[in-house]
Amino acid sequence: MDVSLFDVAGPIMVGPSSSHTAGACKIGQMARALFNGTPKEVEFYLYGSFATVYQGHATDRALLAGVMKLKTSDAHLADAFEIAEQKKIRYKFIPVKKEVPDYHPNTVKIILKSKKNRLSVIGSSIGGGEVRINYINDIPVDFELMAGRFFSLIIGHSSEEASLEPLFEKLKEWDCPITDSQTICNVKDAPKSCITALNIEDFYLKLPQVQALEKLPGIEFVRALTKLVPK
Amino acid sequence: MYQFKNCQELLDLCKKEKLPISQIAIKREMQIFGKSRPWVRNKMKKVRDTMEEAIELGVKSTKKSKYGLVGGDARKVYKTINRSSNMLHSKVAIRAMAYAIATNEQNARMGKIVAFPTAGGSGVVPGVLFSTHEHMKSSKRKMLNALFTASALGIAILKHGGTFSAAKAGCQAEVGIGVAMAAAGVTEMRGGTPEQCLNASALGLKNMLGLACDPLGGLVEVPCVKRNAIGATIAMAASDMSMMGVESVIPMDEVVEAMMNISAGMSETIRETALGGLAITKTGLKLREKMGLPPVPKKYLDWKNRKPGNASNKCGGCNGCG
Ligand code: SF4
Repeated sequence: MDVSLFDVAGPIMVGPSSSHTAGACKIGQMARALFNGTPKEVEFYLYGSFATVYQGHATDRALLAGVMKLKTSDAHLADAFEIAEQKKIRYKFIPVKKEVPDYHPNTVKIILKSKKNRLSVIGSSIGGGEVRINYINDIPVDFELMAGRFFSLIIGHSSEEASLEPLFEKLKEWDCPITDSQTICNVKDAPKSCITALNIEDFYLKLPQVQALEKLPGIEFVRALTKLVPK
Repeated sequence: MYQFKNCQELLDLCKKEKLPISQIAIKREMQIFGKSRPWVRNKMKKVRDTMEEAIELGVKSTKKSKYGLVGGDARKVYKTINRSSNMLHSKVAIRAMAYAIATNEQNARMGKIVAFPTAGGSGVVPGVLFSTHEHMKSSKRKMLNALFTASALGIAILKHGGTFSAAKAGCQAEVGIGVAMAAAGVTEMRGGTPEQCLNASALGLKNMLGLACDPLGGLVEVPCVKRNAIGATIAMAASDMSMMGVESVIPMDEVVEAMMNISAGMSETIRETALGGLAITKTGLKLREKMGLPPVPKKYLDWKNRKPGNASNKCGGCNGCG
């Protein structure tokens, strides 16, 4: 994708650091998008410079805020701990002192748990608010996301070539712009399962619309990362 | 096509279309991303409004950042503006410093800002542009156009192989590029030609070349905040010189190349690791300890016995074992 004016003039974000704050928030958002429902408990394992300077850069609040679907520009990011308390989400930050060689210096492993589900995501903040998701449930993946751009739709689907067609049709019908799309498939599973991330910048899908998408054949789940947290 | 790969191509486009840089930038965005002119302008208005809010809050606030390293300086500088007769800089330059500090202090206290090009270098562009805009009493449209021009310059820098990452190229890539972008934007705001805009950014960036990224404790506070303020005055000086007809011998594209070839020779200690420069001075280390951060490994403190450019004096300094 070509460089936009707003990659230079942006993202609009809550400080202090594009990589340690905005990027961290983005990784949290991604983890939450992949998780089904509200987590009861979240653990953050911090590596590299995330482990050493996370408090000064508010990496902890940003990660937690992301898990609660706050945007990188939401001033409430600073109140993440209080919001988590209200929502009764338990959280823990565990700085891992030893170096893990094949991770980028700014890396976090997030484990989300609820009664029924457990999910782990490993992501790195690679600079200027850009992040990379390296592992989902220990399966190697490679998603790159921009902090300013709002990847709003995460879709789980079967690997059938045509399975996304009807979904794209629907989005087109609603005049929803798709500015970027990435698909990752898990090659280890027998019937392959895939995840696709769509960037639908500045377009808000309503809940019935998301539900309509989920009913389409071949689609397992659809998560919309739109603004959700009460003001 | 309104596409450009570097500053020279941007300039050629301006000449061919007889348009200022800002208008080429808008047309490029519309063409490549399939957006309407109002969409592009509205999105930039959000950028402008966010900057303005940060400045307004920042010049008033006395709140310190979490570790107390910064906070309250914007207010100090801003208060002197009307008593500036015994200052060396003009009122507009002093106000630019105040606004730049305001933006970066807001960033340090978790306020909302625009990373432009990054959070660390976010003060220069709004500082210079808002202060000059106030001084010239120019229209809102001109202010917005200056932001487009500044952003277009950022695109040209990236496309020409530049970077905004201090981990790659040090502070020259953050505050340095902020200065270059601000110089171009303010020059267009003052009625300069596209040539003068690019010339101003070349003059500005040349004076930021080689700048280390050496933040105390790895926080975006010291020296970052004040570096943005003084960077703002450099951008204004560069714009003034360009408007007076002084030309940079090295064209902007080549200054970007220089920035990158310098970064190739930069030790990792001064690339966002907080292991060199101001970060490991006596005061820097004392503050680091106070923050409860792990101590800097000995090999980095033994810099006097090190060969130039090497991160440590253990070996040839290829950093392969790093
Ligand atoms: S010193 Fe480093 S962290 Fe501070 S503004 Fe410069 S590049 Fe950013």
